[in-house]
Amino acid sequence: MTVYLPIAEISVNLFLILGMGGAIGLLSGMFGVGGGFLMTPLLIFIGIPPAVSVATVSNQITAASVSGVLAHWRRGNVDFKMGMVLLIGGIVGSVVGTWIFTILKSIGQVDLMISLSYVIFLGTIGILMFIESVNALINTRRGTVKRKKLHQHYWIHGLPFKMRFRKSKLYISALMPLGIGALVGILSAIMGVGGGFVMVPAMIYLLGMPTSVVIGTSLFQIIFVTANVTLLHAISTQTVDIMLALLLMSSSVVGAQIGTRLGTKLRGEQLRGLLALLVIIVCLKLAFDLVITPDDLYSLGEGGH
Amino acid sequence: MFSTVRKLTTNVAFFCAIALGWTTHGQAQSSLVTDISSHLISVTSDFTGTELLLFGAIQIADEEEGPNRGDVLVVVRGPEKNVIVRRKARVAGIWVNTEALEFERVPSFYALASNRPVEEIAAPDVLNRLRIGPSRLRFRVAKSEQVSLPFEEAIVRQKSRENLYSDQETAVYFLGDTLFRTTIAIPANVPVGDYIAEFYLFKDGELLGAQSSPLFIKKSGLGRQIYDFAYDYPALYGIAAIIVALIAGWLASAIFRKE
Repeated sequence: MTVYLPIAEISVNLFLILGMGGAIGLLSGMFGVGGGFLMTPLLIFIGIPPAVSVATVSNQITAASVSGVLAHWRRGNVDFKMGMVLLIGGIVGSVVGTWIFTILKSIGQVDLMISLSYVIFLGTIGILMFIESVNALINTRRGTVKRKKLHQHYWIHGLPFKMRFRKSKLYISALMPLGIGALVGILSAIMGVGGGFVMVPAMIYLLGMPTSVVIGTSLFQIIFVTANVTLLHAISTQTVDIMLALLLMSSSVVGAQIGTRLGTKLRGEQLRGLLALLVIIVCLKLAFDLVITPDDLYSLGEGGH
Repeated sequence: MFSTVRKLTTNVAFFCAIALGWTTHGQAQSSLVTDISSHLISVTSDFTGTELLLFGAIQIADEEEGPNRGDVLVVVRGPEKNVIVRRKARVAGIWVNTEALEFERVPSFYALASNRPVEEIAAPDVLNRLRIGPSRLRFRVAKSEQVSLPFEEAIVRQKSRENLYSDQETAVYFLGDTLFRTTIAIPANVPVGDYIAEFYLFKDGELLGAQSSPLFIKKSGLGRQIYDFAYDYPALYGIAAIIVALIAGWLASAIFRKE
């Protein structure tokens, strides 16, 4: 059974799209990530134009994040103050990102930029996560868990505009979360991702936030950033396909619920190790496509009128 | 002079060709009566492509001409759009778009059917003048004069791969001496817009007559409404998309909490 996507302007198999949404939802539920970094390349792979994939996935992530935030909010795991500071950075970043995206689209480099950003970010984060989870697994085998210092002081703590974040038990410069928010906003607009895979490690390792509030807070911020990206793309490039977004939303929320239940049965280090492997595989595939000689050196784009 | 002819639109070229055909044959001669199965194709949300039936009859003016009834060519052209063709080159190990050429008035759809190979029907210069067949389409470079042939070939190659250009993939069948029919596949990814179906009648390598019919391919139903909404009210559309996402997220959370 096929369904015609009015903005992407192609017909796709309904069950393929639902299946993809479900599978990515399952993974995002298991690993606690939005899944945009997997969904966008997959959509491009099945023939959805890259620009439509990026904008539509942003829209879908808004829905996934709302559903996630409500669950975390009920457990009191959202630092709204930190979320707001990240958000201000995020809004600025997504405006800049959409602007970059529009320029790149007009000079024909947007596909390259999307692929390159994926390779760089997925590669770095995948490898870091993999090393970290392998180390954690080895340490638990040996039974020697290194004690972390309660408070470590970096150059970050010397920055001005200090703010107190009670829920995160932090007293740090507001510039850090602003900067991280802005970076994630740019990535969100260019890569069609919520940015959780950058935000979560940054909040844990750079800001030193307690892990319990990290996911809820990052999801809270992602709702608004992806909503902003959706709006900006709808206005500047008309690439949000609401039909595609609805199909992805409906199947991914079901997948996410199943994934969450599966996730509780696996150990943390194993989960992170698996996710790292997945990230590295996607990264290698994209890197490979950039390097091998394409079937056709020529590609067509829409001209101005 | 030649360049101005080149710049004529395909439609103008088409009607010029008819006029030329008529002036070379002064007396009574064969002509065409044609129609297509549908003048309006609706692209609905379950559209998976369709087959267009094109048919007609040759009205033979001179009965003494014998069994040689002539040859029929059928062309369906889609709306013309500007197309940018980009060429990749290896830069620091990776493939990057380096060169780009913009072409004007490139048909977004082009299908040709004929009762026998077109090369046997008419001489190359006639086919070139009428732009019969994807490989004989000439695209106009928007800006400066450059070496554009590989870029033009790329357009035909890519469009053919997307099933938007087809060269004699279906034949024109004769039913008896004068009736003929052919089908042209309209794929699911067909661009919407104003199309034109052209019928050419050749005899002994000369164009005797031509007919054309308009054909409209339009989005309809929900898909049409979504598309119009997105382009006419982009800001409202964006806000609607966000509201849909918020409701969907809240619904999902509410449904699964009760379990």
